[in-house]
Amino acid sequence: MLVNELGQLVQDKLTLNFGEGSSKLEYHYDFPVFIVSKDKLYDILTFLKEDKDLSFKYLTTMCGVQFPNAQPELEFGLMYQLHNMEKNYRIRLKVFMPKSDLNMKSITTIWSAANWMEREAFDFYGFNFIGHPNLKRILNMEEMNYHPMRKEYPLEDATRHDKEDKYFGR
Amino acid sequence: MKNIDINAAYKPEGIEGEGYFLTTLDKVVGLGRKNSLWPLPFATSCCGIEFMATMAAGYDLSRFGSERLSFSPRQADLLMVMGTISKKMGPILRHVYEQMAEPKWVMSVGACACSGGIFDTYSVLQGIDRVIPVDVYVPGCPPRPEQIIEGFMKIQHLVETESLRRRESEEYKKLLGTYGIQ
Amino acid sequence: MELKEKELVELAEKNYSVLNLGPTHPATHGIFQNVLKMDGEIIIDSEPTIGYIHRAFEKIAERKPYNQITTLTDRLNYCSSPINNMAWHMTVEKLINAEIPKRAQYMRVIIMELSRIADHIICDTVIAVDTGAATGYFHLFQYREMIYEIFEEICGARLTTNIGRIGGLERDFSTMAWEKIQKFMSKFPAALKEFDRLVTRNRIFMDRTIGVGSVSKEMAMRYSFSGPNMRAAGIDYDVRVMNPYCSYEDFEFDIPVGTSGDTFDRFMVRLEEMWQSYRIIEQAIAKMPEGRYYGDVPDFYLPQKEEVYSSMEALIYHFKIVMGENDVPKGEVYHSVEGGNGELGFYLISDGGRTPFRLHIRRPCFIYYQSYPEIIKGGMLSDAILTMSSMNVIAGELDA
Repeated sequence: MLVNELGQLVQDKLTLNFGEGSSKLEYHYDFPVFIVSKDKLYDILTFLKEDKDLSFKYLTTMCGVQFPNAQPELEFGLMYQLHNMEKNYRIRLKVFMPKSDLNMKSITTIWSAANWMEREAFDFYGFNFIGHPNLKRILNMEEMNYHPMRKEYPLEDATRHDKEDKYFGR
Repeated sequence: MKNIDINAAYKPEGIEGEGYFLTTLDKVVGLGRKNSLWPLPFATSCCGIEFMATMAAGYDLSRFGSERLSFSPRQADLLMVMGTISKKMGPILRHVYEQMAEPKWVMSVGACACSGGIFDTYSVLQGIDRVIPVDVYVPGCPPRPEQIIEGFMKIQHLVETESLRRRESEEYKKLLGTYGIQ
Repeated sequence: MELKEKELVELAEKNYSVLNLGPTHPATHGIFQNVLKMDGEIIIDSEPTIGYIHRAFEKIAERKPYNQITTLTDRLNYCSSPINNMAWHMTVEKLINAEIPKRAQYMRVIIMELSRIADHIICDTVIAVDTGAATGYFHLFQYREMIYEIFEEICGARLTTNIGRIGGLERDFSTMAWEKIQKFMSKFPAALKEFDRLVTRNRIFMDRTIGVGSVSKEMAMRYSFSGPNMRAAGIDYDVRVMNPYCSYEDFEFDIPVGTSGDTFDRFMVRLEEMWQSYRIIEQAIAKMPEGRYYGDVPDFYLPQKEEVYSSMEALIYHFKIVMGENDVPKGEVYHSVEGGNGELGFYLISDGGRTPFRLHIRRPCFIYYQSYPEIIKGGMLSDAILTMSSMNVIAGELDA
């Protein structure tokens, strides 16, 4: 099925079940991308998994994104990718939220694979997943008190002392 | 039978005669120690795979006496740190080093263990010599098996020429003190 | 009555022992920790901890130009680095809509399948070593040395190869490279058959691996497995067939699928995949077309040296590419390939700058290792060790 046919099919189903304007459709290369609101995300994902025609039973990946130059309500985002293996449909969903409200409902009850992926998003960006069985840092040390992937923090270690800028003429 | 010039095993300097060989104790101890080092392969990432290739049949490290890899620190002589050490792993590396019994040597294999390598980030320890004292550094990303073997031979040279009293000396204690190890 | 039950429960709790299968352990190939709660020899519960080799790839990638990120992708699944390199190149080529000639694609296929064979050699021999059969390791690693020699001939490095460029490959295969590939192809089948005869039908090996660490189809889908682990569980998902890339649709190969997802099935699926990779390389060598080994991508691929020395435009392009000031279109793209362990995907958001805005790497090991506590629950400790080594968890890919 072509990308725009798939996009239209899923968009029609979402409009039918969740109302007009519940999802915005875009096309990026070979993926239809749906931008939905974060309150309806859990129900939309459950619907996409259980619907007989769509049945997206495989969660490919999810990750967090930050756009510091966007409007404050759209600064932080989460991206989910779903896959229907029998008919080879692949779609992407995105939600956006402001820095002040990074609470999300956890989707570990729908797909168990989301467990560690949500912990990674929490570790890197600070999203708070409500209902997650074990939300603590996964890749960094537990004592770390900031979320390193945010754009305001530098890559290098703050306490290093042998790569001073003055030795490199900066 | 041809008269083949057989190269007998290396012997240290000394005075020999009918049924006796006179030399100093530390030369004999050094000879014994250098040919029976038991390494502890602390392999964390890609350099570990090159170490697996060094231990395999092509570049056999057991020719040098390290047939038995010891994974228990109490029974090992040489700590070979291969791969990136992150800040989360630093305390564990130190515990392993402290558990080893004297005399012990440390070899740091690969750019990441020597100095942090290409990973100048918030989570990678920029060189293991920030937590433990190191004897030989083997650079490379990853170093070829021949380079690892050369590093090993340099450790053997250090083992052979070390004085027997070094580990109780003031200088050694001061060195460990700079790392905070008693 | 109630109090007595509570006392009984507390007594039972006290008999559990806690075992730390710590970060440095000879049997865990890589550094990750598992704290096991055991009742004698049976495992009741376990809690894995990872992140001991977290090197912050995703953050480094926001700082490096596109050409330099290839060296980072090498260190993901370091047992088969060429596959990671090619996956990154194909992602960027998808972003800029570049077309790569057939000859370059066939050469890429040969390199990727050779590295897949190298990865499966490590996994299969290490499963045998964990059961006690170390002979296979010593025999088959010689063939991994042969593959290293082929990579050395093509790109100069053995393990972390940085093979290929965005837009094709950096040079054509030399005559020496072809000779080495032919030598490998002629000698490998006999060695693999010998390993097969040695290990597969061995009574002890079969007793230790059949029925150990089973994964059902439903569990594989729920935990988003991919790669040989999923095919052993019974679901035939292979990215090369479902979403073909790099001319894989021109080749004829089978996908081995297991039935019960236990350790023996994972071992056999990888063994059979080595035969199928061999078949693909044979077909690629036979059908290799003539042509260029690089596509028409002037923004990313270095121009030929003769032009750099003679024309000003080529000199400017050369300077821009080396300094990392290429013109990159805006967009977001996701591309996935069949890596040694499953679906390796790159999600790239570009905002037109010289470095990516966001690069997220979909790492198969990270996703399927979550299921490990559930798989080993109720089993014995030695079975847990074998399950871990048969799942082929590479620490570089776990933490990234």
